[in-house]
Amino acid sequence: MVMLRRFTLAVSVAAAATLALPAQAQEKFITVASTTSTEQSGLFGFILPIFQKSTGIGVRVVALGTGQALDMARRGDADVVFVHDPAAERKFVSEGHGIGHRDVMYNDFVLIGPKGDPAKVAGGKDITAALQKVQAAQAPFVSRGDKSGTHAAEVRLWKDAGIDIAKQKGPWYRETGSGMGPALNTASSMNAYILADRGTWLSFKNRGDLVVVVEGDKRLFNQYGVMLVNPAKHPHVKKDLGQTFVDWVVSPDGQRAIAQYTIGGQQLFFPNAGR
Amino acid sequence: MDTIQLAFREALAMIGQLDPQLVEIVLLSLRVSLTAVVLATLVGLPLGAAIAVAHFPGRKTLIVVLNALMGLPPVVVGLVVYLMLSRAGPLGALGILFTPAAMIIAQAILITPIIAALARQAVEDAWREYQEQLHSLGAWPVQSALTLLWDTKFSLVTTVLAGFGRAAAEVGAVIIVGGNIDGVTRVMTTAIALETSKGDLPLALGLGIILVTIVLTLNAAAYLMKEAAQRRYG
Amino acid sequence: MRAPASLLPLTLEHVCFEAGGRRIIDDVSLVIDGGSRTVILGPNGAGKSVLLRLCHGLLAPTAGRIEWNARERTSGPRKQAMVFQRPVMLRRSALANVAYGMKVAGVGATERGARARAALERVGLTHLAGRPARVLSGGEQQRLALARAWALNPEVLFLDEPTASLDPGATHEIEAAIAAIHAGGTKIVMVTHNLGQARRLADEVLFMHNGRIAERAHADRFFAGPATPEAAAFLKGELLW
Repeated sequence: MVMLRRFTLAVSVAAAATLALPAQAQEKFITVASTTSTEQSGLFGFILPIFQKSTGIGVRVVALGTGQALDMARRGDADVVFVHDPAAERKFVSEGHGIGHRDVMYNDFVLIGPKGDPAKVAGGKDITAALQKVQAAQAPFVSRGDKSGTHAAEVRLWKDAGIDIAKQKGPWYRETGSGMGPALNTASSMNAYILADRGTWLSFKNRGDLVVVVEGDKRLFNQYGVMLVNPAKHPHVKKDLGQTFVDWVVSPDGQRAIAQYTIGGQQLFFPNAGR
Repeated sequence: MDTIQLAFREALAMIGQLDPQLVEIVLLSLRVSLTAVVLATLVGLPLGAAIAVAHFPGRKTLIVVLNALMGLPPVVVGLVVYLMLSRAGPLGALGILFTPAAMIIAQAILITPIIAALARQAVEDAWREYQEQLHSLGAWPVQSALTLLWDTKFSLVTTVLAGFGRAAAEVGAVIIVGGNIDGVTRVMTTAIALETSKGDLPLALGLGIILVTIVLTLNAAAYLMKEAAQRRYG
Repeated sequence: MRAPASLLPLTLEHVCFEAGGRRIIDDVSLVIDGGSRTVILGPNGAGKSVLLRLCHGLLAPTAGRIEWNARERTSGPRKQAMVFQRPVMLRRSALANVAYGMKVAGVGATERGARARAALERVGLTHLAGRPARVLSGGEQQRLALARAWALNPEVLFLDEPTASLDPGATHEIEAAIAAIHAGGTKIVMVTHNLGQARRLADEVLFMHNGRIAERAHADRFFAGPATPEAAAFLKGELLW
């Protein structure tokens, strides 16, 4: 009996200690639905503290794929959306779910591949030519297959290369249905080609034999946009706080913060809100 | 092999430095899972005892269903709770999506069947031994159930720990309803998932080692306590 | 204030009990009165334990009626108690076990404690009050079971082969306790297959065979010369089936 009391006491003390954690709820915060590329690249970890210091508003980022982020916003579970699929974003606005869309920044995609380079694409500057070679060689290629901005861009590039990938894929084309990181893990262990955003690639640590094989093609340009979830459709949206964030991100201060974020001396995202 | 060695070194380094982010994540994990276990126990123990002791049509079916619910996939529970708590869902007005409260609810739902099913088994075994005597002494069914719960309390500690272990180890539910928000809803398992997807495998594994150690320690303590009690009380 | 009516006599009318396709109790009718010590004798399988459980209310008859003279009060401890062949103790102290019957009836803590201690003393186990009950010896646990029943201050005490698993020393102590309980005014109904014990304790004998009451008589007369051939064979130590 005494033993049970002592054990219960110990557990209760532990529970009380954890419950006494400083209250998580900052008075002011917004929920931003964004993509795994912005979070995992570390961009948010860098710019959000600057925003919070300047405005006192906390930002809670739920990082999903672009498709999932927009779905979450359609349900009203976010205040602001920050993704990279202009076509999907336009659709979102036309459905009435988002207002005040602004371009924010761009980064680029790179084609990653094994050092052995079975499709012989390394060093090329033409992404469509490279993709054609990959398909011709039936070299292993990993696709995210998850309705993300990156996946949408990948499908567009196959189309630009004259390949209807949905119809012309074979066992060499592996769809993982996952985020950028897990897909890179898979590509690394399979020694496969994969299209990735530079930000995630630069901070990815499990590279194995993979290197950048094609980069610099204008078609690999990846535009990010930000907008407020429409308070007319979702009255509980924190429109003032959310708008403050949107305004900051495209303001000179926000744009400067974005440009200042580097990994290994390399800038990842290029602000272009003025466009 | 290198990864694993690196992982152990990472784990020790993190613990040694008491990295504040790590501490925050560990405390949140404990807070969420312990609270979930408390809730699940408050519901599951009486439920399990009641099923053990009572007779009603469909009892056997209920027991089979309860046992099956022990295997509820966490990601399914997470999805259902998300749909409930989403602004577009019935309980959206509560506004608790993407908070620890949502994670606690999801985990409590996940482990209540485990605690109820295991409690039912323990109490039913005891019931077989005590039934005639308790009936003879005039105990009503509710009193009998409570007496049996108290009598089997040391076995039930193992049951509660099983529930805690399941809660602390799952990621599917908390990542959906919590959103893995840095500093708000990031727990050990979601942090491990994140670091894995970023390719930082040693760090992920290091966190995993810490998580497993915590659960192991709790289980060892409970086992020793149960052994000692068994020797003393028979 | 009128004293509450006694539970006894207990009346059984054409009681049958079937289980697993077998008829275990076959058309038993009898009236059990207060005062004497009734011992139920018979070979194994005669249905003695089942009859006891029917009387105590642990089993329900498949046919016939079992009726007490008065309803048991719904408040307060039970007025009938039973001691089983193997004692069943909860994982708590000896004292707590003895007090349990009163606890479920809502008796207050002070009164519970006092009555439990008194009962423990009657069976000579006061020195073991704080010990966990389940680590005690078989004989001690059975005495504890008796104390537990005694603490309820029952009108009727059923006992099902209470000393079958005990050594002679413990058996003696149990028999002494039973005698003391009876002296305090409790009706004793006991099942045993031990003829010596029956001779020592019985005022009245119910002899059962194949689920029926074959013979019922005062103990002296029964042991001197049973009326039925089955009873006679049993007393001689022959196997009956």
